Amino acid sequence: MVVNVPKPEEEVKDLISEYSSIFILGCGGCPIGCKSGGEERIKELENMLVKEGKSVTGWQLIDFLCNKVLVGTRLRNHISKLKQTDCILVVSCGIGVQATSNMVDLPVVPANDTLSSQGMQGLWPSSERCAGCGTCYLALTGGICPITTCSKSLINGMCGGQHDGKCEVEKDRDCGWYLIYEKLKSINKLDNLKKIPKLRDYRKMDVPDSKRNTTRWALEKAIIYEASMEFEKEEE
Amino acid sequence: MSKLQESLQEGKFTITGEIGPPKGVDLTHCWQEVEYIKDRVVAINVTDNQSSVMRISSQSICALLVQKGLEPILQITCRDRNRLAIQSDILGGYAQGIRNILALTGDHNTAGDHPESKPVFDLDSVSLLTAISKLKSGRDLANQELEGTPSDIFAGATVTPGADPLEMQLIKFERKIEAGAQFFQTQAIYEPKVFETFMNKVSKYGVPVLCGIVIIKSPGMAKYMNNFVPGVFVPDSMIKPLAEASKEDRPKRSIELMAEFIREIRPMCQGIHIMAMGWEKYVPQLLDMCDL
Repeated sequence: MVVNVPKPEEEVKDLISEYSSIFILGCGGCPIGCKSGGEERIKELENMLVKEGKSVTGWQLIDFLCNKVLVGTRLRNHISKLKQTDCILVVSCGIGVQATSNMVDLPVVPANDTLSSQGMQGLWPSSERCAGCGTCYLALTGGICPITTCSKSLINGMCGGQHDGKCEVEKDRDCGWYLIYEKLKSINKLDNLKKIPKLRDYRKMDVPDSKRNTTRWALEKAIIYEASMEFEKEEE
Repeated sequence: MSKLQESLQEGKFTITGEIGPPKGVDLTHCWQEVEYIKDRVVAINVTDNQSSVMRISSQSICALLVQKGLEPILQITCRDRNRLAIQSDILGGYAQGIRNILALTGDHNTAGDHPESKPVFDLDSVSLLTAISKLKSGRDLANQELEGTPSDIFAGATVTPGADPLEMQLIKFERKIEAGAQFFQTQAIYEPKVFETFMNKVSKYGVPVLCGIVIIKSPGMAKYMNNFVPGVFVPDSMIKPLAEASKEDRPKRSIELMAEFIREIRPMCQGIHIMAMGWEKYVPQLLDMCDL
C-alpha cells in the first residue's frame, strides 16, 4: 500500500489556477484503500473545479495508475477530450502522477500527497519511484519527481555535478533535474521553478498512526474488486 | 563588515585565494600555502571536506586563520550536516570571528573516501543561503529569536559560467540571489568569450562576481578537467603551448597563459578567486604579471 492523502483543497486550487480545462484521472488501487481517491473523490473534485469556473473535459478511473501500459491504453479512449484539455488532475500516489506524465504530453497536477510506503508496497512496475515526501512537487516539476530522480533529492534545481545530462554519482544515471528542465522547457513551464518552496518539511514523510492502522491494501477488500468490475461494465 | 565585503563595496578589483585542510593534524603544509598567498589576497576560502574526502573541519581552520589575523571564507556544504548542525556551526563560527561564508550544495558522498556514508542534503545551496539570511535577521529557520544577531555575515555562492544548460544555471543563480547571496565565486573558466556571454547575462543583478581561476599545471590535468569536471572546458589554445613546453618551463608557461586570461577578463568582473591547488608559490608571480 502506498499511503496517500488528499492535498489541502486550497493548494489544489492554487496548482490548477493557471489552467481552464481539466481532465480528472483517478487510480483505483491504493487511493481507494486510503480513502483519498475513487469515484466519490473524483466527483468532489469535479464539483470544486466547476465552482472555480473550470471546464472538466472528462474523467476516468483506472486500476493502478502505476501501470503505464494500462494508463496509455485506457486514455486512448479519451484522445478527443484530451486534445481540449490544459492539464490532467491525477488522484493517485506520486508514481501514478509520474506514469501519467510519462504517457501523455500534458501538464499533470497531483491531487494527493504521498506518505512513506511503510508496510506493504504498492506496484512499482516501471522506472517511476515515489519516496513519499508528503509534499508532492510533481505539478511544478513537469511530472518528474526531484526527490527520487535526483541523487541528492534536491528541490532547488540542478547541482554542479550534472554532466551532459548525467548525474555525478553514476555515469549512466540521468540527472533528474536535467530531465525536469527539459520537460518544463518542452511544455513552456520553466517559470514553475521559481514557485517551488525552498525548504522541505520532513515531518510530512511520517505516516500518522491512524493512517497506518486503518488503511488496507485495496486488493484485500472484495468490495473494491466489485466496485471496479461494475465500473468496467459501465464503460463498455 | 568583513574586508571582503568592504573591498567589493568600494568597487576594488578583489582577489581571494583558497586552501584545502589536510587529512590529519599536521598543519605545516597548510600554513606554508597560506604564507605564499596571504599578502596578495583579501580573504582565503577554506574548503569543507572537498570532493567528499574527510579532512580537518573548514570551521576549525577558519578560526585558526582568524587567530593569525587573516580573513577566512568559510565554505559550507550540505552533504554532512542537517539544518540544526549547520546553523549551530554558523553561529559558532561567528563567535570565533568568521564573517564570510560560501554556501555550496556539496559533492555526493559517493565521490569521496566514505562512499558508504549517509548523504544528508537536508538543505542545499539555496536553502542554506535562506538559513544564513534568517540568522542575519535575528531568527533561525524555525523562526526562533536569537540572543545576539550575526547581522554582518557576508554570504556568497558559486556559479558555473560554462554550464550546459546555461539557462538552468541562470535560474538557480537568480534563486541564490533571492535567497541572500551577496557575492559569487565561479567554477573555473578558460574561455574569455564564454565568460563574457555569462557576465552580460548576470551583470544586471549588480551582485559582484569573482572569476574562478584554477591554474592548469599540465596537459594531463587539462584533459582530466575536460573529461570529468562538469561545466569546465580548457581549450586547445591553452593545452597546446603547455604540451610543447619542456617540463622545467611548464610552470612559467602555465603562469603566462593564466595571466593572459586574467588580463582579458579583468574588465568584465569584480575580481578573481584563485584556486592554486598546490601551486600557491606561483600565485605572487601570477598576480605580478597581471599588475594586481
